[in-house]
Amino acid sequence: MNTITKPDLGMTLSPAEEAMLAGEMGPARQWAIGHQLQVGRMFDAADMVEVSQAHMMADPESLGEAGVSFVERFAALPHEQARVRVPMITDPRGVDLNYYDPLGQTEAMANLERRFVAACEKLGIMMTDTCINYQTIMPPVLGDHVAYGDTGVVIYSNSVCGARSNFEGGPSALAAGLTGRTPRYGLHLDEHRRATRRFFVQSQPQGLTDWGVLGAVIGRKAGSYWDIPVIEGIERVPTSDEIKHMGAAMASYGSTPLFHIVGVTPECETLADVDGNRLTAETVAASDLEALRAPFGARGEKVDVVVFAAPQLSLVEMRQVAELCQGRTIHPETAMLVCTPPSVYADARRMGYNRAIEDFGGKVLQGTCFYQQYAREIGEANGWRRLLSNSTKIVNILGGYGYTPALASMEECIASAEKGEIV
Amino acid sequence: MALKLRCHFGIGAAVEGEALVAADNFSARYDLDRVRGVFSRPQHKLSGRSYVDKILVMNTAKGGVASAWMLHEMASRAMAPKAILFNAANTILAQGAALANLAMCDRFDDGDVTALIRTGDRLLVEPELGLVTITNR
Repeated sequence: MNTITKPDLGMTLSPAEEAMLAGEMGPARQWAIGHQLQVGRMFDAADMVEVSQAHMMADPESLGEAGVSFVERFAALPHEQARVRVPMITDPRGVDLNYYDPLGQTEAMANLERRFVAACEKLGIMMTDTCINYQTIMPPVLGDHVAYGDTGVVIYSNSVCGARSNFEGGPSALAAGLTGRTPRYGLHLDEHRRATRRFFVQSQPQGLTDWGVLGAVIGRKAGSYWDIPVIEGIERVPTSDEIKHMGAAMASYGSTPLFHIVGVTPECETLADVDGNRLTAETVAASDLEALRAPFGARGEKVDVVVFAAPQLSLVEMRQVAELCQGRTIHPETAMLVCTPPSVYADARRMGYNRAIEDFGGKVLQGTCFYQQYAREIGEANGWRRLLSNSTKIVNILGGYGYTPALASMEECIASAEKGEIV
Repeated sequence: MALKLRCHFGIGAAVEGEALVAADNFSARYDLDRVRGVFSRPQHKLSGRSYVDKILVMNTAKGGVASAWMLHEMASRAMAPKAILFNAANTILAQGAALANLAMCDRFDDGDVTALIRTGDRLLVEPELGLVTITNR
């Protein structure tokens, strides 16, 4: 292929990429490739790599009027200039348009959401509204270059599927959808997928929350996007939901985009496969896990809202919550929200799980995730401060949103919702 | 006499301003009240401090893809920092800086940037050159 090196950008471009940069494919693709070149240059990308999918995080709270208007400008272009070039899907929305007024979300928030959804649809984006697309839509495969947003999606896809993605924020995921490629830097390259930190786990996780806490401890110790943990000492293969919680928490606490578990994840049959044998092992002890949990314990305190989200619940988790709700009733001063993708919502409704949760007194939201749906405003509108969740990720996020978060297992969360205080 | 700090070339146009420094990490989602323009996470070392028009100097970026859109949204209301300097940026913050036209640099030759720069220092950030100048020292 004929290629051109742009000396001022230090990146080699194909003729198609040159044409996009010159504006020959319209202003949307021109913006997109220009944005990608800026980012690629900062991270020393040599060229671009084609991607098979893009996934965009873009809730209206993050977008604001500025972000929605930005995307609407592209949506107003002729179809051939603005339609995404690869299958492109979306992360959870910020407003469940079937249920927002009771949460204290305003018509202005809902209208921003409606405008953004309409713009995305014009661009040919599929509104999957999920952060568990690797469980529900189309998991990437080993070696698959993708441009995914949502740190939980990226860490799972890189680690468990062996796909190759950087954390692509909303603008960059949109750019990847428009160009069909992304700058080849970071996790697209072998050298950034090798382990830089080695951890030996002494205490075996039991249940989703334990896996999340383990991920959080390792993420916090690893510390940066450019550090890749390899983990030894795990004695059984985790389920998809368990490793989902582990990865989501690790990415949340550490900005970690990839981890390896020896004998479990596909790029790490042995420690040597990821150069882990050259590293000194650091111990993850039971005391490390307890120290992480300590700020999130509040036994005996009144609980305002119990949240199951971050990541959205799989069908298996929906069944677990539904079964725990059977024959019980929520405390009148406690609320409970359960966030799941639209595709899982439909299945869970068909199987009776949504009804079981709502008969208990909880509410199942579709296509949203609690922390992405104006968490500060809905907390203030409902007087929620003490929040309880089984998600190690969400308790990390919500302190900055005015909540006092607490962490407990799924079983303890339901029992606490029933009693009105943390058990 | 000015002190010059070399770094990797970054994103955005040259900018001058006052430093706000913490040996802590950064996420627009986790740490900020973006309406009021202050750090809101109680555990953050800059909790309660305004970041508007400051040049933030931090260790690294934390999880949270949302920060990319958020920097753009904050800039649209003139409630953003002037620039952010990191020891190690992550991809999200770089992408957000590109969209928001916010200056951002990382990887400083002389070590920990949160120790090299002090709160209140006057800085000239030149991302295209990979250069940050402390003009008051």
